[in-house]
Amino acid sequence: MRIAVLSGKGGTGKTLISVNLAAAAQTSIYVDCDVEEPNGHLFFKPEGVQDEETAINIPSVDEELCNGCRICVDFCNFNALAYINGKLKIFEEVCHSCGGCALFCPENALSEKDKFIGKVQKGVSDNVTVNTGILNIGEASGIPLIKKLLNENELAGGSPTFIDCPPGSACIVMESIKDADYCILVAEPTLFGVHNLNMVYELVKLFDKPHGVVLNKCLEGENPAEEFCLEKGIRILGRIPFDDELGILNSNAQIAVREKEKYRTMFSSLLQIVTEEVRHETVANP
Amino acid sequence: MRIAIPVDEKSIGASVCQSFGRAPYFLIYDTDSKESEFINNSAAASQGGAGIKTAQAVVDYRIGALLTPRCGENASEVINAANIKIYKTTDASAPDNINAFINGKLSLLDEIHRGFHNHGSK
Repeated sequence: MRIAVLSGKGGTGKTLISVNLAAAAQTSIYVDCDVEEPNGHLFFKPEGVQDEETAINIPSVDEELCNGCRICVDFCNFNALAYINGKLKIFEEVCHSCGGCALFCPENALSEKDKFIGKVQKGVSDNVTVNTGILNIGEASGIPLIKKLLNENELAGGSPTFIDCPPGSACIVMESIKDADYCILVAEPTLFGVHNLNMVYELVKLFDKPHGVVLNKCLEGENPAEEFCLEKGIRILGRIPFDDELGILNSNAQIAVREKEKYRTMFSSLLQIVTEEVRHETVANP
Repeated sequence: MRIAIPVDEKSIGASVCQSFGRAPYFLIYDTDSKESEFINNSAAASQGGAGIKTAQAVVDYRIGALLTPRCGENASEVINAANIKIYKTTDASAPDNINAFINGKLSLLDEIHRGFHNHGSK
C-alpha cells in the first residue's frame, strides 16, 4: 500500500501528516521525495544511516573521434547539444539522460559518464524505515532521485509506504505519485488554500488516483477548503485542529504520535480511514 | 558582415522581439549588400533548450553580430563560443536598431539572464 501525501504549496502539513501516519502504523516505510528540502528525517532522527550516491548519465565527447556530423545535435529533443567552431558543446543541465546521442553517433565519439546529483539516505527510526532523497544544491532536476527512491521501495514487501511529496503539482510531484495507490491532499482553511488544493485535486484527477482530503489547521467558523470539498464531492478523511500544542511539538521536530496518546489516537484513526479507503478502492478498481 | 536581430513579425519596420530563444523570426541584414531577409526560427517551439538551438541556427548563418534585448546564459555560451558579439537593442524598431548599430550607437549586452525555462514573461 503506497500512500502519497501532497499539497499545492509548502507548509500545509504534508510532512506532519506523512510522518505521523508512518509513526502510527505498526511497521512502515517513510519516503521523503521532497528532495530539494527533505525534512522528515529531522523528526525521525533515523539510526544506522547509510548513504548511497546517485548519478545520472551525461554524454561525454571524444574530440579526436567527433567529425562534426551533427547527428547528435539534430537528434536531441531537449537541445542539449550544439556544434560550434568545430567543437561539440554539451549542456549538462539541459540533458535528460536519454542516451540517444551516444547511441546514434556513427563515429562512437560519444560515451556516457556518471554525474552525481545527490544521494539516497536510509535509516531506521523504531517501527519506521526512513528513506530520504537529498538533491545536491544547484541541480536542475530531482526526478532521477525520486525514481530511485520509489523503485527500491518495491522490494520492501508489504509494509505501508508513506510518500512525502514535494509541494506543488509539477513533474517532480507527478513522479512521486505515479505509482501511489492513494493520494492524501492536505489543505489549509483559507481561500489561498483552496487555490492550492485545486491544483493538486486537478493533478490527481488527471492521474486517475483515488484521493481524499485532510483539512489541516481547522478553526472555528467557515472553512473554504471544506466548502470546496463538499462542492466537488471530495472525500474528507479527517480534520486536524489549529492546535498550539501540536504546533509546538512539530516545530520542535517531535513526532506528535510518539509524544502524546491523544495524537496517537488522532493519527491512528486517520490511518484506519485511509487504509479502508485503499482497501475499498482495490476491491472496486482492482 | 551579417547582423541578426529577433523580430515579432516579417515586415519592414518590425519590432524587436523581447525573447531571443523564443523569437518567431530573425531579421538578417547584410551590411555589405544592404539586403535584408527574414528567417523562421524553428527552435521557438522547442519544449526546452530553445536558446541553445536558436543560437546554433544564428551561428550557422555566419553572422558577425547579434542584436537582442536579452539573452540567456546557455544561448550566450553558444554565441560566445562562436566569437560573435552580442549588442543590446533599444526600444526602437528593428531597422532603427540596425542603423544604430552601424553608427556605433549600440553597446554590448552585459546582462546575461539565467534563462526563463518557460516560466518567464513574454
